[in-house]
Amino acid sequence: MSDQNTLMDRRRFLKGIATVAGTAAVGALIEACAPAATSAPTTAPAANTIAPAATSAPAATAAPTAAPTVLKQTGNVKIGLILGYSSVYAALGESITNAMQLYFDSVGGSAGGRKIDLVKEDEENNPQVALRKLSKLLDQDKVDIFSGVISSAVALALRDPLHEAKIPSLVSNAGANDVTRKAKSPYIFRTSFSNWQVSAPMGPYAADKVSKKIVVVAADYAAGHEDANSFMETFKKAGGTVLGEVYPPFPNTDYSPYLPKIKDLKPEAIFAFFSGSDAVNFIKQFSDFGLAKDIKITCPGFLVEQDVLPAQGKAALGAISVLHWAYGLDNAENKKFIADFKAKYNKDADVFAVQGFDTARVIVEAMNAVQGDLSNKQKFLDAIKAVKFNSPRGAFVFDPATQNPIQTMYFREVREVDGKLQNVVIGKTDQPVADPGA
Amino acid sequence: MSLDFLLIQFLNGLQSALLLFLLAAGLSIIFGMMDVMNLAHGSFYMLGAYIGLSLVRAFGNFWLALLIAPLVVGALGFIVERVLLRPLKGRGHLDQVLLTFGLALVALDFTHATWGANILSLQPPPELAGSLPLGPVQYPLMRLFVIVMGLLLAAVLGLIVSRTRIGAIVRAGVADAQMVGGLGINISLIFSIVFAVGAALAAFGGVIAAPVVGLKLGMDAETLIAALIVVVVGGLGTLRGAFWGSLLIGEADNFGRALLPDYALLSVYVIMAAILLLRPTGLFGKKT
Repeated sequence: MSDQNTLMDRRRFLKGIATVAGTAAVGALIEACAPAATSAPTTAPAANTIAPAATSAPAATAAPTAAPTVLKQTGNVKIGLILGYSSVYAALGESITNAMQLYFDSVGGSAGGRKIDLVKEDEENNPQVALRKLSKLLDQDKVDIFSGVISSAVALALRDPLHEAKIPSLVSNAGANDVTRKAKSPYIFRTSFSNWQVSAPMGPYAADKVSKKIVVVAADYAAGHEDANSFMETFKKAGGTVLGEVYPPFPNTDYSPYLPKIKDLKPEAIFAFFSGSDAVNFIKQFSDFGLAKDIKITCPGFLVEQDVLPAQGKAALGAISVLHWAYGLDNAENKKFIADFKAKYNKDADVFAVQGFDTARVIVEAMNAVQGDLSNKQKFLDAIKAVKFNSPRGAFVFDPATQNPIQTMYFREVREVDGKLQNVVIGKTDQPVADPGA
Repeated sequence: MSLDFLLIQFLNGLQSALLLFLLAAGLSIIFGMMDVMNLAHGSFYMLGAYIGLSLVRAFGNFWLALLIAPLVVGALGFIVERVLLRPLKGRGHLDQVLLTFGLALVALDFTHATWGANILSLQPPPELAGSLPLGPVQYPLMRLFVIVMGLLLAAVLGLIVSRTRIGAIVRAGVADAQMVGGLGINISLIFSIVFAVGAALAAFGGVIAAPVVGLKLGMDAETLIAALIVVVVGGLGTLRGAFWGSLLIGEADNFGRALLPDYALLSVYVIMAAILLLRPTGLFGKKT
């Protein structure tokens, strides 16, 4: 184990050195195109102060309304968002933000009697940058609630400052198990999933229904390894054999060096973890090189989710995945959500949108429960913990032990429905799945 | 490790090498001749791919897109050189870097705004949709096409540079642009043409790469960095350097990934470091 660790460290170190030139350019490039901090600063008093004369306030847009007479919180509630808005994760950040906006709009843009202000920052897929953005949100914008984070590495980097600042936080994507295990914090909730949740259920399912001879292929970074390990643990327990493991670097555009290897291992199926453009390239090349003909694909749903499926096209047909949501999920909330999202953004909803929608709803319901008064933090955290509702993904409820959702996981297959590719639900876990928390 | 396996890996390396060459060729000649570090070169590649996609969507014809997208981007390159780069002449690298870097950002945001953040893909034309059986796997025809086009363009460019009058002017320009101007040749027009051709080549690369690796925001920076490494390895201002540099980097990268996956990203940088130590001017760079 420790041996592996030193190996990992060395590799990371070398990668770091090697990419200095590259990162300098890319980093600066990405940074410079971060969307200018949104939502003009309003003159509303910061949450916990009583409106001081707004002397230092820049170009007042909204005059400070009705100075509070009692020591009750009024004024806008500020929610700080750090999500991917540029480059590779832009689509995810957009989806989450759009769906949050959709929900906030549906409740008139306010919660617990206070108007909601969103302050958006780009995480740039870089923990260092995200840390800087977080201190801006905390020190300068004085946000009341934090939400966001696409990347697990960023989530883990922000954990300590969030915990120390005691900011109620909702992680709306990053799946690193540790966020709700070793590194859990009473202030941090997760509305999305843990990596264990989106891969462990596939173990018994694949062994039972797909094949007992599988090769594991995963992107070589934390999430890829967590997913691969969670899957292998339950797959082996269910009597499956892992013929080999292949870990292409992350991110990567060309999988052709790895495909002959996978083929050589002669698996009946693979378990593959990739997302975003990696997922598109992997699926297309897997098919281009003729592997898809006799090797089935099982995977966490991100490999073939709505955001990448159109680009993958027919190469994705037949892939069997597991996820906490499916486009074709048959419930009233989902149908309404998909229709509303499409009407507002002229785009199909994806799982990230569902996560954003639910995050917004958790915030609004918890705010309503405390009537907009965030001064008693414990009360607000308890209110978040108690939020329960029917989400597009089915029943949404937090696990009080981990503050990660307990949720039904759906097995889906990519099929053509009315000439359009879609993840069709072909099964689900018997019980809602809770992350083991350790 | 079978022969098939090695052959497939060799072809993969060749294919990514020749895509790189299409960028590195322009980048290297532009730098060698005009002394311009063009950080927007990756953007030409990206714009080529996205414009190609739009053309395919509009006309349903890949070949038409392959013809028109490079022309559009080439024209854009011509304008960029005339209108933006020209006034910076003689103002040092930093100003150029700032300008071309700014252009890269504008191109990225423009692409984001026009085509959206989702990952897109371009289907290969029906003629190239299939694949050839090759040992344990099928080798996609589209990739073979990239290899053929890359070799063809390399040969044509090589002939132009070494055998034609304009090639001689370009070579002379790399050696001493001012002197060429003094001989009564309209060197400023030559600059614009070289810049435009470089942009068009990058765009051509973008269009043929799109069916192989898809389209996404960030494909510009990714490719630009690889192409810059090729230019460093091959030497500035030489087509031959760009060609052999691309082959070396493409194959090393591919075999590195296939044979030593743990050190996948390392092979390229080891080569670059070694070249910088042993031959600071690159494989074919002129001694200074």
